[in-house]
Amino acid sequence: MQVLYFAWLRERIGKGSETVDPPADVATPAALIDWLKSREERYVAAFQDVSAVKVAIDQKQADMTTSLAGAREVAFFPPVTGG
Amino acid sequence: MSVRVQTDDFDINAEIAALTNGRADIGAVVTFTGLVRDAEGSVSEMTLEHYPGMTEAALTEIEAEARARWPLQGVTIIHRVGPLAPADQIVLVIAASRHRQAAFEAAAFLMDYLKTRAAFWKKEASPDGDASWVDARESDEAAAERWGRT
Repeated sequence: MQVLYFAWLRERIGKGSETVDPPADVATPAALIDWLKSREERYVAAFQDVSAVKVAIDQKQADMTTSLAGAREVAFFPPVTGG
Repeated sequence: MSVRVQTDDFDINAEIAALTNGRADIGAVVTFTGLVRDAEGSVSEMTLEHYPGMTEAALTEIEAEARARWPLQGVTIIHRVGPLAPADQIVLVIAASRHRQAAFEAAAFLMDYLKTRAAFWKKEASPDGDASWVDARESDEAAAERWGRT
């Protein structure tokens, strides 16, 4: 699946997108974050405060507990500040 | 297209004309323009980031929501992305209706929803070289909540 990062998450992780292939037991965005954190230190720093992180699955707003079944694109980003 | 995300500046008068030219059923046009603010001299540049695809979809949904709530003859939403300077235009919302109340309310609604539901992020750079991401404000969420759930 494709994982996207925006704003300070993108900066802390050092890239805007990547293709990952997590194991089957990574079933939710929360589990995906834990899996990413287990791989590299920069994800630990980026996802230190998950309460400040929003998630979208296939460009639809989702929750950290939403199922990732069939997901092609998962995006993590801070609360929006446009306008 | 009534919803646009672009790096280029926009011309408010041209956008109004695009909505109203050739029709006499519009009695009220309300525009809101957001500018890069630098009230304390602490911002040298503001950079806007968005989520291509999802941002446009959210703006289109917000427009549809406004059209469902008020009788609108036309809606335009333009949001710029990329690097901007203080006093630059960031965002334009136009609501056109037969009467002013719908146009005023719809323009306010569009901005309140845009600020809390469309994927944009602002980063401010200061003259001394520091840069920081702008925090979301609870007052913006409260402003959006006042329109109630749908």
